[in-house]
Amino acid sequence: MTDIQEILEKVTSKYGKQRSALMPALQAIVKEKNYLSDEDIVAVAKTFDLSTAEVYGTATFYTFLDTVPRGKYVIRVCKTISCHMAGKDEIIEALQKTLKIKVGETTVDKKFSLLTANCMGWCHKGPVMLINDEVYPELTPQKAIEIIQSYQQK
Amino acid sequence: MENKLKKVDLIFCKTCQDDIEVVKKALKRNPDDIINEIIDSGLKGRGGAGFPTGLKWKFAKAQPSDIKYVVCNADEGEPGTFKDREILDQVPTKVLAGMAICAYCIGAKEGFIYLRAEYNFMLNKLNQIVEEFNSKMKEVGLNFEIQIRSGAGAYVCGEESALFESIEGKRGEPRNKPPFPTVVGLFGKPTVINNVETFVYTAMINHLGAQRFKELGTQDSRGSKVFSVSGDTPKAGIYELELGMTVEDFVKEFGDGDTKAVQVGGASGHCVPRKKFENTIIGFEGIPTGGSMMLFNSSRSMYNVLKDYLEFFTEESCGQCTPCRVGCQQLLKGIEAVKRGERPASYLEELKKLAQTMRIAAKCGLGQSVANPFISIVDNFKEEIIY
Repeated sequence: MTDIQEILEKVTSKYGKQRSALMPALQAIVKEKNYLSDEDIVAVAKTFDLSTAEVYGTATFYTFLDTVPRGKYVIRVCKTISCHMAGKDEIIEALQKTLKIKVGETTVDKKFSLLTANCMGWCHKGPVMLINDEVYPELTPQKAIEIIQSYQQK
Repeated sequence: MENKLKKVDLIFCKTCQDDIEVVKKALKRNPDDIINEIIDSGLKGRGGAGFPTGLKWKFAKAQPSDIKYVVCNADEGEPGTFKDREILDQVPTKVLAGMAICAYCIGAKEGFIYLRAEYNFMLNKLNQIVEEFNSKMKEVGLNFEIQIRSGAGAYVCGEESALFESIEGKRGEPRNKPPFPTVVGLFGKPTVINNVETFVYTAMINHLGAQRFKELGTQDSRGSKVFSVSGDTPKAGIYELELGMTVEDFVKEFGDGDTKAVQVGGASGHCVPRKKFENTIIGFEGIPTGGSMMLFNSSRSMYNVLKDYLEFFTEESCGQCTPCRVGCQQLLKGIEAVKRGERPASYLEELKKLAQTMRIAAKCGLGQSVANPFISIVDNFKEEIIY
């Protein structure tokens, strides 16, 4: 796992230390460590000379900047209307069974977190899920399970 | 039966223009001429709000400031909309060309693309394209550089001032307006912010001339528009269509034969029931749309549709202003209570009043537009909400 200072140095060398570099910094940490720990938020606040509350307040505004521990692979199933009509409930059910967790939870081995999210812009090819940044459209329960299995072997 | 829908192939045509040449050509023209041509074309913003693009550029140009910005709004989050993703995927340099022309016109040196986090899968490819484009701009002598910034899963950041806040590293809470972005925008500087599709049309108008654009559409809705079609349709996907068609024309082409309602403009848009298909025009004289078209057939419960929308807004409200934060929750609780029989049917009238209050009192477009789906669905499908 990359050290927090290393991540922050990389971001600040590219974006500087102004407040406008805060989002790239938080995003880079989440990409590496899957979530923002309290220690990481304190480190970010120090780097940007902001109060910890400011940084925490910004992070918690955004659903993709998690402040609770998440698995290595964060699965987000779209729950908005088109995907709903296309059968997102069956997908979620299949994923819950395969991973043996409920929506909002993380597997014991810390490999997967299962979440739902609002419209992801694949309404013509629903149901759809994201695993980290990867998109998987036109899902069936079977397809979803196979995708998870391929990640389990990673 | 004759089909009145006219499909157009301007946006996705890959051989129609060399984007660097388009910028070069623009650089030889007077910025005022370019802006006047865009005003003359009648182009209105393609993100949904429909502000005249040329005027926006004109206002930003008129501001005396050494620093100005061009921002491309690629935070496409409206449920049912996915055309900007396709545009950025298929013809990204057309968008960049539009941004460059805008920068030249208003005198901006920096540009930002705010890409929603859900589209991060194309970030690497886009970054490469942007880098190449930036160096090409240096070659042609335009001092303008574009950067991409990622969103982080907040629908409200599609609202222009919330988007600025987010790029600035803050919570994506909309600002009070006025001042408008053309006066006080990103980092407090005059800014033009346009939708992805809008930038493509500006480049195209510069290339083909306003006349070609004006030939399409109607008096109030010039040109063509990219539509995202989803829901109960055998032809879900992305289509560029001439503006000014009726919902009836649209349903004939895209319906499954059993269409009972079309939601025009996404969750924040209006629901059009079958009896109004014939007389409802899709465009600024009827129902404007950012391109989201969702079809529902008679197997769908409009209660579930409305409930889904309200859950969406309840989650995505930034919580900053009370009318929106509390209003969304109460509308949702309200229809649930009516459904369970805990409230009389007449309670829906009270809820409509609340929605109307939100339209006036909410700070930004999110809260103001919740009344659109709420009132149009409750009025047209009252039985489905109650029973």
